[in-house]
Amino acid sequence: MTEPQDLLFSALADPRRRAIFERLCRTGAQTVGDLTTFSGVSQPAVSKHIGALKRAGLVSGRTEGRQTHYSATPAALAPLRDWTTRMTDFWEARIDALEDVLKRMDQ
Amino acid sequence: MTEETPQTRTVTVERTLPHPPAKVWRALTQPALIADWLMPNDFALTSGHRFTLTGEWGAVDCEVRTIEEARCLSYTWVAMGVDTVVTFTLTPTDAGTHLRMEQAGFRTDQAQAYGGARAAWGQLLAALEEVASGLD
Repeated sequence: MTEPQDLLFSALADPRRRAIFERLCRTGAQTVGDLTTFSGVSQPAVSKHIGALKRAGLVSGRTEGRQTHYSATPAALAPLRDWTTRMTDFWEARIDALEDVLKRMDQ
Repeated sequence: MTEETPQTRTVTVERTLPHPPAKVWRALTQPALIADWLMPNDFALTSGHRFTLTGEWGAVDCEVRTIEEARCLSYTWVAMGVDTVVTFTLTPTDAGTHLRMEQAGFRTDQAQAYGGARAAWGQLLAALEEVASGLD
């Protein structure tokens, strides 16, 4: 339904991208070179993963000289976390309504 | 919340109801009653039956999974790009019924059957919980 959420889901559905994102969350800014060493896939592949993470808003880049340092922006995860909050509120309200229905069934 | 394996994400609501399980079961399984507390629907109490819950914000696609008379009802719940399973469990108590509603994300071993990447949402939510908890 919401495009940003779809981007998040698809960006994080790939285990390698997820690993890169988690790595950035834990270690702070890294270059593509650092991440290539860490992930064990080719540099072009890492760059492609970084691109998908950037489009989802999960990673941002800061260029210094010839190097770009990529950092995680975990705030982009908020829509995902909101899902459980939203569904909990939804079900609490629905089960309230169920209790009303059960009361009426008594009559 | 509830017990979680590392690979699923779950929403749980529990309530003690002063009504017998058989009556709660009717409210959970009769379309007219479901419409009164959940959403308009074309539910049928048949395993494998596909139905749609029609909400103000869109439709939820469902399929009946488990039927254990007055004990357990579960159906798939696909909405907003998120594939989950909703399970109602009824336990008789002295005062009536303990109702537990659980909405769970698919496990990774189920993901394949439901077409891949989208179904991995629960897994990634769990994996990233640590990160997200730092947002506040």
